[in-house]
Amino acid sequence: MTNNYVGKRVKRTEDPRLIRGLAHYVDDVALPGTLHVTFVRSIYAHAKITGIDTSAALSTPGVVAVYTGQDVAGKIGPVPCASALPELKVPDHRVLATDKVYFVGHPIAAIVATDRYAARDAVDLVMVDYEELPVVTDVEQAANGGPVIHEAFGDNIAYKLTSGEGDIDAAFTAADRTVKQRILHNRLAPIAMEPRGVLARYFPGEEELTIWSSTQIPHLMRTQVALMIGIPENKLRVITPEVGGGFGSKLNVYSEEALLGWIAMQLGKPVKWIETRRENMQATIHGRGQVGDIEVGFKNDGTLTGLRYSVFADLGAYHQLLTPAIPTLTGLMLSGAYKIPAIQMNITGCFTNKMATDAYRGAGRPEATYVVERALDLVAAELGVDPAEVRRKNFPSPDEFPFHTATGLDYDSGDYETALNKAQEIIGYAQLREEQKKARDEGRLIGIGVSTYVEICALGPSQAMPAGGWESATVRIEPTGKVTVLTGASPHGQGQETSFAQIVADELGVNINDVTVIHGDTGVVQYGIGTFGSRATAVGGTAVFVAVQKLKEKAQKIAAHMLKADASHILFEGGKYSLQAAAAASATGVSEPVVPVGQAPAGALPEPETDGKSNLTIQDIALAAHLAKDLPPDTEPGLSATYFFEPKNFTFPFGTHIAVVEVDHETGDIKFLRYVAVDDCGRVINPMLVDGQVHGGIVQSIGQAMYEEVVYDEQGQLVTGTLMDYAVPRAKHIPNFELDRTETPSPVNPLGVKGVGEAGTIGATPAIVGAIVDALAPFGVRHLDMPVKPENVWRIINGN
Amino acid sequence: MKKAINLSVNGVSRTDEVEPRMLLVHYLRDVLDLTGTHVGCETSLCGACTVMLDGQAVKSCTLFAVQADGSAVTTIEGLAQNGELHPVQEGFWEKHGLQCGYCTPGMIVTAAQLLERNAAPSREEICHGLDGNLCRCTGYQHIIEAVEYAAAKKAGQS
Repeated sequence: MTNNYVGKRVKRTEDPRLIRGLAHYVDDVALPGTLHVTFVRSIYAHAKITGIDTSAALSTPGVVAVYTGQDVAGKIGPVPCASALPELKVPDHRVLATDKVYFVGHPIAAIVATDRYAARDAVDLVMVDYEELPVVTDVEQAANGGPVIHEAFGDNIAYKLTSGEGDIDAAFTAADRTVKQRILHNRLAPIAMEPRGVLARYFPGEEELTIWSSTQIPHLMRTQVALMIGIPENKLRVITPEVGGGFGSKLNVYSEEALLGWIAMQLGKPVKWIETRRENMQATIHGRGQVGDIEVGFKNDGTLTGLRYSVFADLGAYHQLLTPAIPTLTGLMLSGAYKIPAIQMNITGCFTNKMATDAYRGAGRPEATYVVERALDLVAAELGVDPAEVRRKNFPSPDEFPFHTATGLDYDSGDYETALNKAQEIIGYAQLREEQKKARDEGRLIGIGVSTYVEICALGPSQAMPAGGWESATVRIEPTGKVTVLTGASPHGQGQETSFAQIVADELGVNINDVTVIHGDTGVVQYGIGTFGSRATAVGGTAVFVAVQKLKEKAQKIAAHMLKADASHILFEGGKYSLQAAAAASATGVSEPVVPVGQAPAGALPEPETDGKSNLTIQDIALAAHLAKDLPPDTEPGLSATYFFEPKNFTFPFGTHIAVVEVDHETGDIKFLRYVAVDDCGRVINPMLVDGQVHGGIVQSIGQAMYEEVVYDEQGQLVTGTLMDYAVPRAKHIPNFELDRTETPSPVNPLGVKGVGEAGTIGATPAIVGAIVDALAPFGVRHLDMPVKPENVWRIINGN
Repeated sequence: MKKAINLSVNGVSRTDEVEPRMLLVHYLRDVLDLTGTHVGCETSLCGACTVMLDGQAVKSCTLFAVQADGSAVTTIEGLAQNGELHPVQEGFWEKHGLQCGYCTPGMIVTAAQLLERNAAPSREEICHGLDGNLCRCTGYQHIIEAVEYAAAKKAGQS
């Protein structure tokens, strides 16, 4: 209102502690007498455990305890899966393997020792006897008669699901032409720079367990871990200190979290486990991992008639929290930014001898965008028209919103053509195509890729979520006038300590430095859902916004009482409550002091003075509300409001990304020449934070498109087990991003925000792959699977 | 088996008895409680553990504490002087060069050392200088801008 922090590039309040190395991640929390935990993990992808000998480990100096699967059987419940698909097969996922191991990295035993070196030494001293079993890592082989992983199920098919609306057969009959393409969504590792970590402490007297965990969902984790280890939920406190990135990999409940809590209770001492990067590659969830067939029907003028996508989803050996649900999100977003009368998705979810796949930034939606955008490129190639024009032809117009898709969604708002136009204008599209032609004549291989994506954010209405889709907030003004915000969202780098403070400071007319945003502590913050699915600002920020409105309503009443006027005559502006001009004129001079003025005892808070004042700051009111000496009748003391916001719908951000690449004839190397992204994430709270989210997302897309791939060999050994083998993009790999925005507010929430956390990973891969394919079009290339490496490119150019 | 080491850390002289196999990063974090230096991969690939050893940016996850005997170590905690941020720290704040902050100490130390060697690096030279440091959040563009900001700031100071 008066400050206008919202919409401005406000520097982050989080940063001073982070840039000085003074922030606390889990491993930075030191408790006296802490014991260290390490894990013995399977070296085989599929084997029977015929014996475990822990005696050598136990007799090692410093080793306090060793726990095997048998030791904890019946004491710790299974690792939860929150997805409830019809006829879903759910394996019994124990925190430690008992009789069989199902993937490399499967935890077998937990070692507890007095220091981390002793704990690590002892891992090598636990003797595990294995009897190897046949392994299946290829998802289609798993579906079609490969070795059965969970014998009780009889096969490896966890579920089959068909979704979509419209008459798909009629759609293909009505088509003038169809194109088909088999495509691969490479399995990826999320690689949060901070690996996972857990610290647990138990107070036997109070019967209170505290778990510090690097998680995105402290409250959901508390509920699940309480159930797993059988402690009352109100005796378990989960604290997420600083979290060094998540990207979905910490949107989960893991074996280690329950085990550490349980071990702390057994030993009565704090226990800590810090994941190594190797463990992180093996036993933290992976993402993507689909192979499917696209079939798209269209008219000769480029109008789409129908889309079918039949996919095998590589779920891994077990379900983690959302494993089976991720491919269903792909099905939801298969309409992309287009009018497609009929859509059908057929999913076959399969077990393989690998780590589980689950939510990795985008979580099923990058797969959908990739399918749709690749399909549009194929249609364009088939018709010999510009890919941008095929897209334009099939956009719904802005007045068609809310737009119902054949996947069953109602898109909230959108103006896809304006974003496309803007991106084309920035990059100089027509001229670029001319230059491309000229370059080709000179023998240079330049390609242009266009993606006009739409994504689904603000997850989500509770109806569509396994464990509630709302978010909570408390806004409180302390007696000294400082403003405390408690959010159930649990940000981990996104910057909501700043953006939520911007919202609150504007609404209350206070300095942003007087606002502190607290999150990630179930002992302090009311129940919340967490940060994932680009929901923190759209859902959590809205909860904050509405809580502030509630707080202001109460403050208005108290202000009216203090100013001896009717609440309807009180104006709130610039952080001050005052009598409206008309009311002030009729007021009868100086009002009585509301708070009796007396000799304050030592240490007492200063009492608010209203005599002679025609206005009151919200802090004056907070103090009066706290002292509660003269409040309006039926008014609770204190100035605090809590709100749980339930969104009515998802939000649907969108945009256009255009990538320009040049391919080196000699080496197959791929170089970015330009990258323009025009994103529309609704109303923007802090443009600097939005740019950061877009940059980071696009670079993860660059990783998927060109570098990253989790590779298991035929024996199920993880070939890409370190950062030496798994290629995360580095600074030299990025283009100079040219970002811009359009702003189409969402009608779903009062802030008009949509979300932007995953836009980059959703919108960018098709633009990048499209550009590389376009560069190689002179060689007849229409599609390439990710990651597109120089070797693939070189082979195409050289015909081998 | 323990070995005595003498070194200077952020300008403070230290004498400690350490196990020969104790990694420098664990010495800094667990013994000296300087937890700003992080471990991200244990294999020298991610750079989160970068500190300065006698003015050179090194990965403290693959050095033993005993190898730092007799040396001067500067960690992220030692960059700000008299409460004033190092220009690179300031650049990271100004240009939004960090999100989750986990890679940040290593990035900042590496960038600070880069600017010691090359006061006015090109974008390409910055990227080359940061090649040993991974960031998964920012997409690097704001980090590059942060280093450019620091270079300009330092040029203005001298």
